[in-house]
Amino acid sequence: MSENLVPSVGVITDIRLDTPDVKTFRVVSKNGGKCFEHMPGQCAMLSIPGVGEAMFSVTSSPTNTEYSEFSIKKCGKFTDWLHGVEAGQEILIRGPYGNHFPVENELMHRDLLFIAGGIGLAPLHSVINYCRDKRDDYGKIDIVYGSRSMEDLVDYSEITEEWSKGKDISVYLTVDRPQDNWDGHVGFVPDFVRELEFDTDKTVLLCGPPVMIKFTLQALSDLGFDKTQVYTTMELKMKCGVGKCGRCNIGSKYVCKDGPVFRCDELDRLPDEY
Amino acid sequence: MYKISLSEINLLLDKISRLQRLYLPAETEKGRGEYVLYGDGKEYAQNITNTVRSPKDFFFPQTENIAEFKIQGKSIEVKESEALEDDFAVFGVRACDVKSFDILDRVFLSEPSDPYYKSKREHCTIISRACNSWDETCFCTAFGIEPWMPEGDVTLWTDDNFMYWRDNTEKGKSLTEKLSGVLISCGNNTIEETVENIKSVFEKLPIKDINLEYWKNTDEKEIFGSAVWDEIYTGCLGCGTCTFVCPTCQCYDIRDFDTGNGVRRFRCWDSCMYSDFTKMAHGNPRKTQKERFRQRFMHKLKYFPENNGGVFSCVGCGRCLKSCPQSINIVKVSRSMGNE
Repeated sequence: MSENLVPSVGVITDIRLDTPDVKTFRVVSKNGGKCFEHMPGQCAMLSIPGVGEAMFSVTSSPTNTEYSEFSIKKCGKFTDWLHGVEAGQEILIRGPYGNHFPVENELMHRDLLFIAGGIGLAPLHSVINYCRDKRDDYGKIDIVYGSRSMEDLVDYSEITEEWSKGKDISVYLTVDRPQDNWDGHVGFVPDFVRELEFDTDKTVLLCGPPVMIKFTLQALSDLGFDKTQVYTTMELKMKCGVGKCGRCNIGSKYVCKDGPVFRCDELDRLPDEY
Repeated sequence: MYKISLSEINLLLDKISRLQRLYLPAETEKGRGEYVLYGDGKEYAQNITNTVRSPKDFFFPQTENIAEFKIQGKSIEVKESEALEDDFAVFGVRACDVKSFDILDRVFLSEPSDPYYKSKREHCTIISRACNSWDETCFCTAFGIEPWMPEGDVTLWTDDNFMYWRDNTEKGKSLTEKLSGVLISCGNNTIEETVENIKSVFEKLPIKDINLEYWKNTDEKEIFGSAVWDEIYTGCLGCGTCTFVCPTCQCYDIRDFDTGNGVRRFRCWDSCMYSDFTKMAHGNPRKTQKERFRQRFMHKLKYFPENNGGVFSCVGCGRCLKSCPQSINIVKVSRSMGNE
């Protein structure tokens, strides 16, 4: 972690176009190898001098020893700029920041239900691959993932060609509206979760837009899940990454330091300001 | 305990300033207090109450460089900014402002500690003074602060003839030893009358009895949801003045500046009162001034104590009471919320 807020230099060695507005950037340190070690769910500050600095979750799994990846949606000044760069571009990076999914504790040997909406797959991507690489440490894995359209499903080929073929892994994809080349499920994630009627002994990892999280939590509750079984990640404006610049708080908790991973019953006790 | 005749204070200041940079409160042409570098005929304004800007500037300046970047094609070069590493002393700090350093320490020195703040803090000797002057806007005693017995490396008291000097820490003791020709040794009982005088004045100040029980005993979600916020924020201009004069406000921004020869990254004060403080590409969780206003007072009176063993992030200096163009302030907010 860069305590003094001074970033180090990383190199973007590969850029993958995932969806019309999501690209995945592979970053290594200038001397090769990863810029830092991280745990699934942790974030890093990426920046380009004079353009901007912003926090992104590390999409790659810690079990990947060669590089870090970031799946980034084009949605503002800095991300617009990032989407315009070519491989070989150097970038400033500092981190990792925040807590992580309890992969070594509460999630161990549990059946896991991952639920993601849109770019919300980014923070879960790291955990999913971590659990796949340490397959014996975790129970059955179910992945529910939905997006606006088939083209907006991030990592589609990895999901269909790798994840869905894994041992004891089931993948359920859905898109918001019917489209010609899609013969899978159509509908919103919360409704899909309700239809799938999962056993309530699973631990849930839920990421996506706030409205999707809200309705999915309701669906889970109706199915009989308790909020203590559900983990999610929060995202607010951040500058420092170490709980001092004062802007990413939800009540008395700082998302950059006490989060980004929260158990939903913890979130419930905080003011609803996110 | 030591003492020096009031007429010889400049001798003392001269001597300290030869040892290290010395800052003290002086009176500006407009009759306001400001910390200045001693020298060039600057006089110690020993009867001034609050300086307009708080002494947090010494450890957490308004702007501070972090790094310089040079960009060439796809390459970026990083050069860390150099920190100032020499000793300095701040003279005549009031009890409230000294307490604010303890509150800032809880932010900047908690893990991972902030190296910029930490280094300045370590290089500074704080010479506090018992309050020989006060305003009706003073309410430090509400937070358990004793203006007659301020903390700091050295504490000063004054009566009609003398200034008394007591060192409280190793740093203070080391400074005392270097001032042996100027300070005269004396007994501890010499300040008793001064202390009693200050106590009797502060007991009579009008807003010192602000009741903080509501904040201590009410759940953060309940306070957050109170309907009182819907009314009380109206009038707030969102100018951020309260946050800049506040000795405990510590929010900052990190920004880049194109120097023409590269990019300089610096941090600077920011304010939770501003609309872009929490604004992201996809929206803003604090959409109106009500949410921003609520955040400031929730932070000082609920969130901060929650994370810091009940310590409030307010020292009752009264700067915000004097400087808000709309006369909204923490005392009014606390009273309205607590139904006082």
